[in-house]
Amino acid sequence: MARRQRTALVSSLRRRKTGNVVMLALTYIAALLATLPLVFILFHLLRQGASTLTPDFFTNMPRPVGEAGGGMSNAIVGTLILIAIACAIGLPVGVGAGLYLAEKRAGALAMTVRFLSDVLNGLPSIVLGIFAWQFLVRPFGRFSALAGGIALGAMMIPLVTRTTEEMIRLVPNSLREAALALGYPRWRTSMSVILRTALPGIVTGALVAVARIAGETAPLLFTAFGNQFWSTSLDEPIAALPLQIFAYAISPYDEWHAQAWAGALVLIVIVLIISLAARHVTRARFGSATD
Amino acid sequence: MNVAAPVTPTVEARNFSFWYGKKQALYDITLTMPPRSITALIGPSGCGKSTFLRSINRMNDTIPGARHEGSILLRERDVYARDMDVVHLRHRVGMVFQRWNPFPKSIYDNVAYGPRINSGLRGRELDEVVERSLRRAALWEEVKDRLRQSALSLSGGQQQRLCIARALANQPEVLLLDEPASALDPGSTQKIEQLLSELKSELAIVIVTHNLQQAGRVSDYTAFFYLGRLVECDDTARLFTTPREQQTEAYITGRFG
Repeated sequence: MARRQRTALVSSLRRRKTGNVVMLALTYIAALLATLPLVFILFHLLRQGASTLTPDFFTNMPRPVGEAGGGMSNAIVGTLILIAIACAIGLPVGVGAGLYLAEKRAGALAMTVRFLSDVLNGLPSIVLGIFAWQFLVRPFGRFSALAGGIALGAMMIPLVTRTTEEMIRLVPNSLREAALALGYPRWRTSMSVILRTALPGIVTGALVAVARIAGETAPLLFTAFGNQFWSTSLDEPIAALPLQIFAYAISPYDEWHAQAWAGALVLIVIVLIISLAARHVTRARFGSATD
Repeated sequence: MNVAAPVTPTVEARNFSFWYGKKQALYDITLTMPPRSITALIGPSGCGKSTFLRSINRMNDTIPGARHEGSILLRERDVYARDMDVVHLRHRVGMVFQRWNPFPKSIYDNVAYGPRINSGLRGRELDEVVERSLRRAALWEEVKDRLRQSALSLSGGQQQRLCIARALANQPEVLLLDEPASALDPGSTQKIEQLLSELKSELAIVIVTHNLQQAGRVSDYTAFFYLGRLVECDDTARLFTTPREQQTEAYITGRFG
């Protein structure tokens, strides 16, 4: 009796061990597959784009087909300008809305705003682009950097709103009570205690949002439009890396294809740097936190 | 049930009742807290003593659905009166919480926080207030050489005394403490009790505690709460030796709670 029980136990144990190994192997493979696209893309970009990526690429303007060299300085500067406009709109609105949502939690308006913000977050970016065109391009009769920046800013708002709300909710209620008990007015408590404590998290969220919009193409197609020439004025079409990559990639010329690869490499490096910065800020936050 | 005090009480509750939504937490509390004395609020968990404490500086205002009847007077003025500014009230009535909660800033900034904003103090004057407050909280000698360090680098007991210093910097007339030593080691607890005995020469202190020995050691008056009602309030020595109510006796002799 005891012996039969022991054999049954041994075989069951063996079965469970095999199951364990199989499942472990499957999740291991899944984890590898999850990183594979990025590794593949980076590898391919480096192979195709690195040779075109000379210092000239950053300092020179695009050249006509047939001429060697040339770069994307206008598109790089254009992308930075577009990001700056997007931040000027997306950050204050997003942080303010996030603060409101976190402090008002269950109010009817808060619930509505939270829901709409989620809807906006899921909106295809091309739709945002069309709306920006309808209201910011058509009435003025010209494509402009401003229209593109506003479209990107509108994309940023829900991202920043939600991360701000999450980060503010992480601030312990005891800090809020401490400030109120010291005779702090509500608004001052929010600004100087709550926002400041949550700041590293909010900065991380903002950087992630910037990384997200830096590579957006669709909202720029009929707003910023792209520009083969040097332009930094806000009321004219402006070049942007994603647009330039798009234009070059669908062209029939090999030189331009090479330029597109290099542009893609620059874009991905920018996003990578922003992501690393975000991680760094996050680490600083959780490194200094105590119990 | 009133304590016979020859002077006007600093804090006085008159028929004070309190509700969290539909649930009544306090029933008709009438209690006086004299100046320059320590009043301890004791009773089993959920008896309403913390709710009562938080009603004095209106911290319960932030809870949705909270409602009260009756009044709580601070120097004969109702803290719930329409013309009472809650921000000003909280300058006059300082509060220290069970779980120490210094701001994630420097030791100096934690104490300077109140006076800087409330009285607009700067420079030397502010330095003086910070030093005086830290001295009153018996913390100055331990931190005077590292005022710019993070408050979170202090030990638990030091952080709690920092919270007391922070409250004192506002020059309050009343200091409310919600189980200030329940999470501290005996040494830190003793320091805080000693500190309270010294502070009571300057202000009225109300302390909620689960620790009956602590109530016996530090307080002049003790109020026993049970199920949202004030059962008995008396001179501490008398309440612990010859309680009038049977419930009080059962509680202090450890038969329940």
